[in-house]
Amino acid sequence: MKGNWSGRVTLNIVMENLYFLLVENKEFLYILILSVFLGIEVIGKVPQVLHTPLMSGSNALSGVVVLGCLLLLGKASDANVWVRILAWLALVLATINVVGGFAVTNRMLEMFKGKKKDHG
Amino acid sequence: MDSAYWYRILSYTMEFFYVLSVVFFILGMKWMSHPSTARKGNFTAALGMGLAMVATIFSEGMGNYGWIASGLMVGTGVGWWLSAKVKMTEMPQMVSLLNGFGGAAAMLIVVAEAIGLADGGVLLDLNAERFDGMSGGYGNSIAKIPEIFYHTLLMLNLVAGSVSFTGSMIAMGKLQGFVPGGSVRWPAQRFTNNGLLLLMLLGMIVYFQSGHWQFAIILGLCLAGLLFGVLFVMPIGGADMPVVISLLNSITGLTSALTGIIFDNQTMVMGGVLVGASGLLLTILMCKAMNRSLGAVLLGAFQSGGVTASDRAIDTTIRETSLNDAAVLMAYARRVAIIPGYGLAVAQAQHAVHELELLLESRGVEVIYGIHPVAGRMPGHMNVLLAESDVSYDKLLEMERINPEFPKIDVVLVIGANDVVNPAAERDPASPIYGMPILQVDRAAAVLVVKRSMNAGYAGIENELFYDPKTRMLFGDAKGVLQKLNSALKEV
Repeated sequence: MKGNWSGRVTLNIVMENLYFLLVENKEFLYILILSVFLGIEVIGKVPQVLHTPLMSGSNALSGVVVLGCLLLLGKASDANVWVRILAWLALVLATINVVGGFAVTNRMLEMFKGKKKDHG
Repeated sequence: MDSAYWYRILSYTMEFFYVLSVVFFILGMKWMSHPSTARKGNFTAALGMGLAMVATIFSEGMGNYGWIASGLMVGTGVGWWLSAKVKMTEMPQMVSLLNGFGGAAAMLIVVAEAIGLADGGVLLDLNAERFDGMSGGYGNSIAKIPEIFYHTLLMLNLVAGSVSFTGSMIAMGKLQGFVPGGSVRWPAQRFTNNGLLLLMLLGMIVYFQSGHWQFAIILGLCLAGLLFGVLFVMPIGGADMPVVISLLNSITGLTSALTGIIFDNQTMVMGGVLVGASGLLLTILMCKAMNRSLGAVLLGAFQSGGVTASDRAIDTTIRETSLNDAAVLMAYARRVAIIPGYGLAVAQAQHAVHELELLLESRGVEVIYGIHPVAGRMPGHMNVLLAESDVSYDKLLEMERINPEFPKIDVVLVIGANDVVNPAAERDPASPIYGMPILQVDRAAAVLVVKRSMNAGYAGIENELFYDPKTRMLFGDAKGVLQKLNSALKEV
């Protein structure tokens, strides 16, 4: 039955599930580990001048949670109206994060544009 | 061709879009970390996000298009408006605000799901096939999760999202000035924080032991998370704000990744983990620049200052100088180094400082800028600001490059910087900032300091530099002082 699980959750059940989680999701764990290294590697040599724009850009990227808002709202057609209202609110906030984030980053980077040619 | 055929084509295209968006995220991040490709990188990442959103909107079983369209329009409008209106000096606050919105979105997703669970739950339906995992049938899911882990993920997401939300809001408030900027402390602070964490853990345990959904506990966890975000950022003061914003950014990334597991969406997981990992790296890089550990930052380890050199007799005479004397000193120097700090940003003096630079150069004075890694309230804050007023890129010298130059510099002009030029960081082991690398301006022939008042810096520590016999002070708002200095220079 949905939303219910039988009886108390003992340590045994937790360990069993944890074991199951690790064994069954080996591929997923590989993806996870590789993405962590990728995330570190990809910005590893960033010069100090770009720290603020990079932080702002990656902040926009962390708004990828917008996909979750879209999915929740999109699948909630026959759900309680409050679900839809909250999901809508979440969508608005996440969209602000994404659009505002990329636009602000672009504004910052535009300022470097002209000078780079003189630089080299 | 029948509709089923086109439908299949559409769904394959959308899958392809998802894959492409991950590639764009990675390329975007990579390009964004190099000056010549940074803009392209930002576009690429934005394009990836756009593709992923299109792919989501047109994926199987979606509805509520009216709601979706209106939400997207409102969000885009507000986001665009905010980004157009924000001043360059307020950039750190803006990043913090936007980051908070992302965290709030993740939190609201969980609350919405918890409300809906009375009728079965949208996400629970979405995940139903994954719960039969124990017996073997779970489709093409990225992760096969037992049901109690689905609930665990929801709760972790709820807590992380709400902490990130209020934490970012407080960080923004501190930078904007409507929350006390310094380190705010209260009795038994560590006890309350740890107690709150323990309470949240207890809530989760009770939840699981009860054997069924309890909205009250979800709501309680949400409120506890919101409160924790406030308590967690309040005691962190001053110079540590960039580190906190970067850390909160990393937490929001992590939240996105968790949400991605719940929604079974690879793009969300990849994007979230990328940001989480790189955000953490950026956080650590910033801590390194200040020679402090992340743990010390989070505990708010800049204890209340004033202990510097308490046992050493230092000359506490302040030597003020006039604008004309300062103008003459610089006009007849060979090399002048300008050290900008947060005071420059607050006073919006970036254009005035560029004008000063041009005036000096027209007289044949060589002008360079010394940029400390944590000058301002964010790494690179000064670079962005000076770039706005057209200061040439190659005049901005990083700490490692300018420090050996100081003995060959005639005049150093410190504008609104304090802790990053405090010699106590090198000389006084009792100082809270001891060990932090600084700009060694006291090795130059003369030092001019533009400062609003004799108040201690953001870290709350006295600065010996101001009492140095070769230091001259110019009191006032950075912009006002510089403008007057510029007109004085024209007269010389």
